[in-house]
Amino acid sequence: MLDASEGYTTEDGRKIGGVVMEMKNITLRFGGVVAIQDISFDIREGEIRAIIGPNGAGKSSMLNVISGFYNPQEGEVWYKGAKRPPMKPYEVARQGIARTFQNIALFEGMSVLDNVMTGRIRQMKAGMLAQAIWKGKAEREEVENREVVEKIIDFLEIQHIRKTPVGRLPYGLKKRVELARALAAEPSILLLDEPMAGMNVEEKEDMSRFVLDVNDEFGTTIALIEHDMGVVMDLSDRVVVMDYGKKIGDGTPDEVRNNQAVIDAYLGVAHD
Amino acid sequence: MFYREAGDFKTSYTEDNQTFPIKFDRYRYYAVLLVAFAVVPFIINDYWVNAVFLPFLIYAIAAIGLNILVGYCGQVSLGTGGFMAVGAYACYKLMTGFPEINIFFHIILSGGITAAVCVAFGLPSLRIKGFYLAVATLAAQFFLVWLFNKVSWFYNYSASGQINAPERTVFGVPVTGAEAAPWAAYLFCLVFTFISAIIARNTTRGMAGRKWMAIRDMDIAAEIIGVNPLKAKLSAFAVSGFFVGIAGALFFSVYLGAVEVGEVFGITKSFLVLFMIIIGGLGSIFGSFAGAAFLVLLPVLLKNLLVGTLGWPTDLAAHLEFMIVGALIVVFLVAEPHGLAQLWRVAKEKLRLWPFPH
Amino acid sequence: MPEQLVFAMEVFLNGLMAGVLYALVALGFVLIYKASGIFNYAQGVMALFSALTLVGIMEGQVPFAHLINAIFGTEIHHFGWHVPALLAILFTMAVMVGLAWVVNKLIFRHLVNQEPIILFMATIGLAYFLEGFGDIMWGADIKKLDVGLPQGINTWIDESTFNIFDYGFFIDNLDIVATVVAALLVTALVIFAQYTKQGRAMRAVADDHQAALSVGISLNFIWVMVWSVAGFVALVAGIMWGTKSGVQFSLSLIALKALPVLMLGGFTSIPGAIVGGLIIGVGEKLFEFAIGPLVGGATENWFAYVLALIFLVFRPQGLFGEKIIERV
Repeated sequence: MLDASEGYTTEDGRKIGGVVMEMKNITLRFGGVVAIQDISFDIREGEIRAIIGPNGAGKSSMLNVISGFYNPQEGEVWYKGAKRPPMKPYEVARQGIARTFQNIALFEGMSVLDNVMTGRIRQMKAGMLAQAIWKGKAEREEVENREVVEKIIDFLEIQHIRKTPVGRLPYGLKKRVELARALAAEPSILLLDEPMAGMNVEEKEDMSRFVLDVNDEFGTTIALIEHDMGVVMDLSDRVVVMDYGKKIGDGTPDEVRNNQAVIDAYLGVAHD
Repeated sequence: MFYREAGDFKTSYTEDNQTFPIKFDRYRYYAVLLVAFAVVPFIINDYWVNAVFLPFLIYAIAAIGLNILVGYCGQVSLGTGGFMAVGAYACYKLMTGFPEINIFFHIILSGGITAAVCVAFGLPSLRIKGFYLAVATLAAQFFLVWLFNKVSWFYNYSASGQINAPERTVFGVPVTGAEAAPWAAYLFCLVFTFISAIIARNTTRGMAGRKWMAIRDMDIAAEIIGVNPLKAKLSAFAVSGFFVGIAGALFFSVYLGAVEVGEVFGITKSFLVLFMIIIGGLGSIFGSFAGAAFLVLLPVLLKNLLVGTLGWPTDLAAHLEFMIVGALIVVFLVAEPHGLAQLWRVAKEKLRLWPFPH
Repeated sequence: MPEQLVFAMEVFLNGLMAGVLYALVALGFVLIYKASGIFNYAQGVMALFSALTLVGIMEGQVPFAHLINAIFGTEIHHFGWHVPALLAILFTMAVMVGLAWVVNKLIFRHLVNQEPIILFMATIGLAYFLEGFGDIMWGADIKKLDVGLPQGINTWIDESTFNIFDYGFFIDNLDIVATVVAALLVTALVIFAQYTKQGRAMRAVADDHQAALSVGISLNFIWVMVWSVAGFVALVAGIMWGTKSGVQFSLSLIALKALPVLMLGGFTSIPGAIVGGLIIGVGEKLFEFAIGPLVGGATENWFAYVLALIFLVFRPQGLFGEKIIERV
């Protein structure tokens, strides 16, 4: 296993730092159903961390715990060296954790630009009165943040649909806009919930490239859930494997690939 | 050809963010302002002011207010009549309690008071959603009307239970009371409508507006990306209440002059303003104006046509108006949920390309 | 027994009776909501419209008489015949089924998969239309409705309570009839929804349109059926209220009385509508009796709403509603 505190450098030369988030013995129940049972793992700065598992393994619940949508009954979430008290989702977001959703959760009535701009909530602080007057602080802030957002729009190659209402976009582009919105927040940790679900091979390749580029260029820590094994093994630095709410494996893609429990529970099934 | 944006380049984000990014639109907007401020006051008479212009301007403010809540933030309110009543009675109490202060400030303050009341009734929106909330706002409607009817402090213990607007002046010109000239009342309201529209536009194009729309489109996702639902919803209730309160204050002080709360600010008023924004266009400032104009003009036209020209009895025309309004609501919801504003946008798209559609 | 307590008991009983009538209107809402997810604001106007139609048919009024007279300058009002109550009720039911068909065909078929709030606003539009339409068709004057239901004080209750408390309770016969009818109607509806093929199909549609379609249930048929049943409930409510206080505009406002009942009971629950109706009926009468005189009266206008509002803040799904689970 890797050292808990120190960073290291990957084969392709990226710097992986210390632990930025740690889940300690998380248990989450819905009534009598145990969705997550006593799971612990950590996420290191700058790495791409994958959570995999068969359907119903509790992966999405895990992501929801990280983003504060669910509060676990037991266990602790440590973020940037401090224990995180139970929080509302928006407070978690303001700590710098951004995410995308399995079933796209864009604001359908707004343009692409406005959607991405909502990602800047953390950075835009002008009060209601300043906004009502507009000239001055509000306008300045709007323009400054617009510049940041335009860079992300360029980066994800969605300039041409900037002013299009999101409701009109095809699925693949919506996924990209959602990524843009999460990136606009300049998050410390980016959570991706099945970023490639429902995409064709070409779209998957595009999305994989974006994920890698984001990690590479901005040094963003990424935690993702994905079903496509090939993608997961290619992208991620370390993988957590879940089954029936329990953790059955944790390590580099190679370690996980050779883990017998994982093969039995998941890979064996997936590859027939 | 009529409508061009070629050669209209934008070189900064500020230019791209302006209200009318296309030059043609901008000039037309200036022209409308010029006519409204400098031409109309000289040519209008009593009939036009009272039948069309004052109700239009005042309803436009109310519609803008409700549109912020319903069209932008997605919280349907059926309490508009009650909130307008708050504005009216606040204005009355301020006018009679502090006669030395200019009425302009009374009306602004009435808006502020209404905003506070609106926020109080908006608190349940955190727990209740959709039409549960819509029905809950009816509580505000019925309770407020009952309150102003029963607690005589609100109408200064007058025997009739009515409130009457005393004469107040701006720059020495009376704008309320029997002596107010039509043009003065018109200009006074126009100033408020103009300011309201600008404030509404500014708050909706910036981060506040985006937060509201995020809550409207998908409240859970909005919360997860960092929108505080409490603040977003209550701020929408506050801004909305501010405008609705101003509208109520003007409706009482400048337009009607005397008000009996159950008659003027009953539930039909709530529906009327709601219809304005459905027909005009949910989530559109321009739509608020269009809807207000439409529903102010429709009865006037129908009355002139059916009663004036065809000689029908008045009640028949009124029933027909009910049918037409109801049918229009349904037609708009089925065919064009974004209302007149969307029709206008589509027409503009067509004009941009005309006469070469490809 | 202290006098106040006896009065309160009478108020309580009258409140129960009023509550039954509220529940009757609320039932119509629940039916449509369960089957189509539409919150039908027009239910009250449907009650008004059905009562207007019933009176019109019984009295042999010429439909659209005012309109015809206004356009052609004629003076026609009545056909000159009278239709017996039972036959007129059948005719009215036919009209309500026709209305259900038209409403479904022209409006709600085009609004499938729209957000509930849009559907809600569409029914407000429908309510306005129907109100104008009913008035134009049958005239807006207040009409007396008498289909032969017993009315007036129930002497048996009056005498027997007088013997016990030295004070005779005033209970209207009509209220007793309404209670019995409402109880029968509810039982019938529950049996219909639970044990018949159409009832099962209706519940399936309510649960999931797409899934219901895929197993071969005709959405159109179900919706027309449900709106017809709601029309029938509206007719029953219209007869009761119309007999009680005349057929007039204010009849449509009973919808506004039923709304808090629904919020309290939950939009999806038939027992909820009944219990909610009773709670509100009793609550508002007792509140008016105890607190009303202190604050100037007429608290019935808002009491139900405020009660429902406070209740909802603590239990957003209502008494019997299904728990709302939020997911992403």
